[in-house]
Order: sequence, then structure tokens, then C-alpha cells
Amino acid sequence: MTRRMQWIYAWLLLTPAMVMLFAFTHFPAITTIINSFFSTPRGRRPAKFVGLRNYEELMADPIFWKVLVNNLWYAMATIPASIGISLLMAIWVNDKLKGRSLVRMSFFAPTVLPLIAVANIWLFFYTPGFGLIDQIRMGVFGLPENSWLGQQDTVLICMMVVTIWKEAGFFMIFYLAALQAIPPSYKEAADIEGASRWTFFWKITWPLLMPTTLFVSINAVINSFRLVDHIFTMTGGGPDNASSLLLFYIYEVAFKYWQTSYAATLTVVMLALLSIIAIGQFFFMDRRVHYR
Amino acid sequence: MSDLSLSKTVEAALPRQFDFDRALNTFGAWTLAILWALPLLYAIWTAFHPAAYEANFELFAPLTLENFTKAWSAAPFAQYFLNTTMLVTIILMAQFVLCTLAAYAFARFDFPGSNILFTLVLLQLLVMPDILIVENYKMIRNLGLIDTIVAIGLPYMASGFGIFLLRQTFKTIPRELDEAARVEGAGPLLVLWKVYVPLAIPTYLAYGLVSVSHHWNNFLWPLIITNSVETRPVTVGLSIFAAVDGGVEWSVINAATLMTSGPLLIAFLLFQRQFVQSFMRAGIK
Repeated sequence: MTRRMQWIYAWLLLTPAMVMLFAFTHFPAITTIINSFFSTPRGRRPAKFVGLRNYEELMADPIFWKVLVNNLWYAMATIPASIGISLLMAIWVNDKLKGRSLVRMSFFAPTVLPLIAVANIWLFFYTPGFGLIDQIRMGVFGLPENSWLGQQDTVLICMMVVTIWKEAGFFMIFYLAALQAIPPSYKEAADIEGASRWTFFWKITWPLLMPTTLFVSINAVINSFRLVDHIFTMTGGGPDNASSLLLFYIYEVAFKYWQTSYAATLTVVMLALLSIIAIGQFFFMDRRVHYR
Repeated sequence: MSDLSLSKTVEAALPRQFDFDRALNTFGAWTLAILWALPLLYAIWTAFHPAAYEANFELFAPLTLENFTKAWSAAPFAQYFLNTTMLVTIILMAQFVLCTLAAYAFARFDFPGSNILFTLVLLQLLVMPDILIVENYKMIRNLGLIDTIVAIGLPYMASGFGIFLLRQTFKTIPRELDEAARVEGAGPLLVLWKVYVPLAIPTYLAYGLVSVSHHWNNFLWPLIITNSVETRPVTVGLSIFAAVDGGVEWSVINAATLMTSGPLLIAFLLFQRQFVQSFMRAGIK
């Protein structure tokens, strides 16, 4: 095949996927940025260029700041927690353990279940007085009932717990794969040297797991902005936006109040945050990652 | 003093220290496993018992299937299941075709712009269609496809992850096989079909499982794009069903929850090993 033929072939093969990719990822990303400088078209009034007015509105919007802070807390809590727990899970199920496949199944099951479905179950757990958590609190410890989802200071934590529960098993799989790729001779050598399990973990396992940690943490960052399904059934963002996250707020602004330009502005913030975090993470982690 | 050192020697001589460590780990693993399974176990308990036992755990409480029949008749779940099945099938088929063609181009052809285009593909891993809901909604509206099953799938069909995964697999296939087929006079598409696709079947299986479970569970985008029973997938159907305040009993909601996640859960129980391995394989490459 000639060079020219190769090019044409390759481009033809790529066309269907690239058209779709542009239509639903790149083009919308660009129009999002453009629309954030326009007003929302209403009825016969078309969109009009407003410069930075949407961004000024954003700066002055207390709900935006609240939601942003919520999302940052949510990310800062769920990312390390789910990664830590997933690593612990992976180490446990990689070891010889009684009933290992049952344990592994239980860790992984939340990953396969629709979050919107299991959110109903969690909703019941948190029900004041009647729910499982309060039943234990009241029955075993004699404490008064507590409205977990009705209070500003507990509701976000409750949402974090659900997220960690949902995600840890998924990340476990990647750690498990990485752990199984570590040659057993390393462990044997460490045993001969008399290294403790703890030393072995910090000196050998953890550095070797770095590429996986990078992969998993990028996933966790994206998910901390993307996973809002449970907010829909469990709190609807309330009380007083205490459990609202950025994507949920975008949904509300766009599809409840139909302020699509303002939603575009919020989306630009989200895109900026995602790229900054991803780039930062990549450069920061890259220096520490030991590629095999 | 000597007593202490003696007991230490004894402890070192016997494998007791090790056993304690192992016991602690086993205990920890099991505690966490039970905590993790608790929501599901609870849902199963409530769904199979009368409403009176929904927060009242008695070992010999009577079993019933009534909750399931109630849930089934209270909402058009059969239609929802049909919709979701069609949805995941359409998405999977389109993903297989689109991603295979693109991955083949990236893996085996030299052409100008390949690096830029591949970067644009990888960008989708960061900027998922879920985030661009407003603009994608406008796009679907301009295409006149609001409230159709195809529209739920469209943004996900050209999957950056799928292209990346298949490209990596195709790259591991020896070029000699490719050239042998070319010598026999096969064109690039025939080579793809006869050599690359069969050798990548494990990757297709892994990607298929990941994709099906992801789109079975997806909620936000289908919620936005659908507004009738004929198109709503199970996740959206369930959320509408469960949102009826006070009217529905917990046990019925839990039965519906189990039904909704049932097919995936059963598939997971049957193919547990393949499921886990497929996610692992999807992760390494």
C-alpha cells in the first residue's frame, strides 16, 4: 500500500469515531466556554454577548461558593479514604484468607450496583429514629435520635460515606492487579533479610504501586466531580445546599431554572478545576512514580 | 527480667506471633466485608419480609414475595428493563464498531496528525460527556432526538477509553501475522476482521462488561434526556418510583431496588471471576 493510501485508509477508519467524539465532547466543551460569555436566550430574545457578566454573577453567588467548598471537602475526604481502603482491601484479598472469594465479592459488589438504586437503602439507614444507624445508637447506646440528612453539619459526611463505599471496591481491583504483578521473589528476599511486613510494604510494595496509585487517583478526582446520583435520591442537595455538589448545581441551574448560560459558566469552572488537578497531579506524581 | 526474655524466646520459637497477625488481618477483612455487604444484605432481608419487619430483625420472620409483586405492578418495570437492555445493547454495538476502527488506525497506520488526534481521544477520559450535560442536551435537541433511547447512548458511543484499550491490545499483536494475511491479498479491513478482532476477544469481553455495567447504572444523562415511560431506563424509573414521598413502603422500594440491580447482580454472581478479571485487565493496559 502506498503512503498516500495508508493516510486515506487511516483517516477513513477514524472518521466515524472522531465525528462522534467532536460532536459530544470537543465541540460542546468549546461551545460551553463561548456560551459562558453570552446571556441565556429566552423566547424571542436571542442570546446576547454580555462579556464577563456571568462570571461576575458567579463571584457574587453565595450558593456557588458553598457548592464549590462542599465539592472540595467532598474530594479531599473521599479520594484519600477510598484509595486507602481499597489498598487495604487489595492487600487482604491478595493474601491467604479464609473465605477469600466471599470477602472479595462483598468488597466488589457495590461497584456493580447502580448508585441510584443503593442510595435508597442508604437513605433508610440514615432515617431518623427508625433507620438502622439510629436503631443501633438508640438501642445499644441509649442516645437520642438524630436527623443525619437533615442537618447541615452531618449531611455531606453521610454522602461521603456512600461514595467511599461505592468506590473502594472498584479501586481495589486495580491494586489487586498491581499486587499480583509483583514478583514473589521480592517477598522471599525480604524474608531472608528479616524485613518486617511493614518495612516490606513501605520500601517495596508501596513504591511499586505508584503507577496504580496515579491511575486510581486520577479516576478518583474525576469521580469526585462526576458522581452525584446519590444526591438526587437522598438529599436533593439540601438542607440549604449543604450537600450540593458542582455537577448537581449545574443540573439544577440548567434544567430546573433554565439558566443555561450560567450553567455553562459553572461548567467552565468544573473543566478548569479538572484540568488543573489532573495536570498538577500528573506532574507531582510523575516524579515519584517508579515505572517498571 | 529473665522471665520476660524467656517468654520472648518462646514466642519467637513458636509461630504464635505470626498467627496473631493473621487472625487480626482475617478479623479486619471480615469486619470490613460485612460492613460493605450490609446495605445489600439489608435490602435482601426487607424485600423478602412483610413491611412489619423492615426494621425489626427476627430470625424466623415469615418470608414473602409480595413486595416484589407490589413493586412490579406499581411501575412499568418490564418496559424499563426492555429500555435499559436496548440501551446497553445499542451502546455496546456502536462502541465495538467505532472503537475497533479507530483503534486499528491508531495501532497500525502511520499518518500525519495521529498524535494530535490520539491526544484528543484521551482528553475524553478527563472531560466525560456526563459533565457537558447542558451543551449535549442542546445538541440532542437540535438533532430532534430528545426522549429517544438512541439519544441516551449517542454521547458515549465514541469512547476514549475503548479506543485506548483496543489500541493497546492491537499493538501487542505481531505484525508478521498482519503481513502474512496481506501477502495472501487481504485488504486492511479483512485483516482487521480475520486477525485483529479474534485475537482481541478477551479485551472485547473485558470492555463489554465494564461498558454494560456502567451504562446499566448511568443515571444523570438518561434523567435529562428522557421524559416518557417508553424511553426511561431502569435507573430513572426507579428514582421516580422511590421519590413518591410516604406513599411507598420501604420494603417495596427495596424490592424494586433489588429488581433493578438484580440482572447485574446475578450476572456478577455467575461470572464473578470473569468480572473481576475483566476489570483488572481493563485496568492494567
